[in-house]
Amino acid sequence: MSKINRRDFVKLSGGALAGLSLGFPYVAFGATRRVVVVGGGVGGCTAAKYLRKMDPSIEVTLIATDPSYKTCFLSNEVISGERTLDSLTFGYDGLVKHGVKVVQDKVVGIEADKKVVKTAGGKSFAYDRCVVSPGVDFKWESIEGYDEKVAETIPHAWFAGPQTLMLRKQLEAMADGGKVIIVAPPNPFKCPPGPYERASQIAMYFKHHKPKSKVMILDPKDAFSKQGLFVQGWERFYGYGTDNSMIEWVSGAGGGKVESLDAKSMTLTGQVEEFKGDVINIIPAQKAGKIAFAADLVEGDWCPVNKKTFESTRHPGIYVLGDASSAAKMPKSAYAANSQAKVCAAAIVNTLNGHEPGTPSYVNTCYSIISEEWGISVAAVYTLDEANNMILGVEGAGGLTPKDATPGQHKLAVGYAESWLQNLVYDMMG
Amino acid sequence: MKIKSLCTAVTLGALAAGPAMSAGPTAEMLAYTCAGCHGTDGSSVGPSSPSIAGLDEAYFTDNMIAYKKGERTSTIMMRIAKGYSDEQIEQMAKFFAAQKVMGAAQKFDAGKAKKGKALHEEYCERCHEDGGRDPTGSGPLAGQWMPYLREAINEFLTDGRMQPRTMKKKVAKMIKENGDGAIDDLINYYGSQQ
Repeated sequence: MSKINRRDFVKLSGGALAGLSLGFPYVAFGATRRVVVVGGGVGGCTAAKYLRKMDPSIEVTLIATDPSYKTCFLSNEVISGERTLDSLTFGYDGLVKHGVKVVQDKVVGIEADKKVVKTAGGKSFAYDRCVVSPGVDFKWESIEGYDEKVAETIPHAWFAGPQTLMLRKQLEAMADGGKVIIVAPPNPFKCPPGPYERASQIAMYFKHHKPKSKVMILDPKDAFSKQGLFVQGWERFYGYGTDNSMIEWVSGAGGGKVESLDAKSMTLTGQVEEFKGDVINIIPAQKAGKIAFAADLVEGDWCPVNKKTFESTRHPGIYVLGDASSAAKMPKSAYAANSQAKVCAAAIVNTLNGHEPGTPSYVNTCYSIISEEWGISVAAVYTLDEANNMILGVEGAGGLTPKDATPGQHKLAVGYAESWLQNLVYDMMG
Repeated sequence: MKIKSLCTAVTLGALAAGPAMSAGPTAEMLAYTCAGCHGTDGSSVGPSSPSIAGLDEAYFTDNMIAYKKGERTSTIMMRIAKGYSDEQIEQMAKFFAAQKVMGAAQKFDAGKAKKGKALHEEYCERCHEDGGRDPTGSGPLAGQWMPYLREAINEFLTDGRMQPRTMKKKVAKMIKENGDGAIDDLINYYGSQQ
């Protein structure tokens, strides 16, 4: 690398652009552009794939901690026994075919001034641009008595993997007539409908196998994602609102905020009363993943970014995507991360080729499955309010499954959920 | 080759879009948002979402506008289509029309597909030419996902989706002369073309 920065270089070497449109690889000018992607989830994989798709002359290295990716989306169905974890496990071979160098290692630091990524394996990766998509981490301190060690027996199951299987096993082992308690997190957290879909899936399993059992959700909030549709589905399938309801939701105002856990007696202490469960699932409060803190990319719990490009407002040259970024008003969801990654990849490609980043367009789509033949969705199309650095939903578009949707439409949504899983995974790494 | 042409398109688009033209997203940027449900560049790998790669430009535009106006029933597309201007829909239509569709790899019943081929030739080929491969003026049927085709024909048969009078007559005639199984035979025929 010379002392001239990359963009100046492109401007100075007037022939570069003409060469690019003629199809000459950029390397012909002796300047390989390197992007290092930190994180092997939806945001990271999508960015890596689309960077290569949009400009194959860019060298892309993706660093992931695990040898394969397990989708969190639809993993509540593993908890209910509807699908296997294997059906949600995907390798990185597709990315390799796109020319992405996939490295299995853990990133421990990013030196923004030197433009170097450091790993636990002792390796250094130099970059021209770095994409960071680390997902979320827990604020373990949010519930007294709950920590990483206790989570080995009382699962959070908020990352698909052994935790998901542990919760499944505990439900299977529980005697009929037992009670499961889900402790929902405060906003913002990844997958806003997740805890409520989870309650639905567990109730579905109980309905067929342990009909005397109950699910209780203890919530610090007074409202939640897709609430009207969840309640409608719970009323239809699980007796919600009756004395025999299989699901009970305790709002924050109703005393649902949990302050501490006594793991030995399986007791949760709320603001007003104590709750005892046979199986407890605690989803702690959340913040950006560890590397975001180590690399000084956070303000508060999340990473501020320029929403036109997802470039960090704290460290130029580093881009933060997905759940870890402050991307309001997009939710922390897989589809959102996928959409943001393409906006970011296009911005990086434009910038590395000496152009201004283009106008972004973003979408979120999310399905939840309440019962075998009852799916619901939320969708939004977003544009950028550049002056306020805010991502806004297009007025009059998007929204929820209509309350008067027919049973046939709810059934179709279950099929669409499967297609959404397959296509999202294909788009990120296939 | 596809990657190369796309790259050129992005580059040229960026070049053409100087500061004065920063008004809207490029066709690629708009079309990329569809991929989470319809697959990269519109070739779906999911059984219920149709592939939209290779769709006839006018068919894409007409249907998106029908979704937007609520004239075509849907579970979700109605909400999404409203997020785009007619001009943006036309941009996306051009993009997807230029993409090569990847046929859906799916199981089909060879016996039914054989019967379906004969039915197609008798009742459908005049408009859905080339065994249902030609996308002109209609959605390409060949190579499309079978669960989607099943749902799409249901829209016509039971949900009142608008259709040309000829199609209504021909489908009714086909069912009258061959029974309800005719639809399934046809779907297996289209699904068999991979």
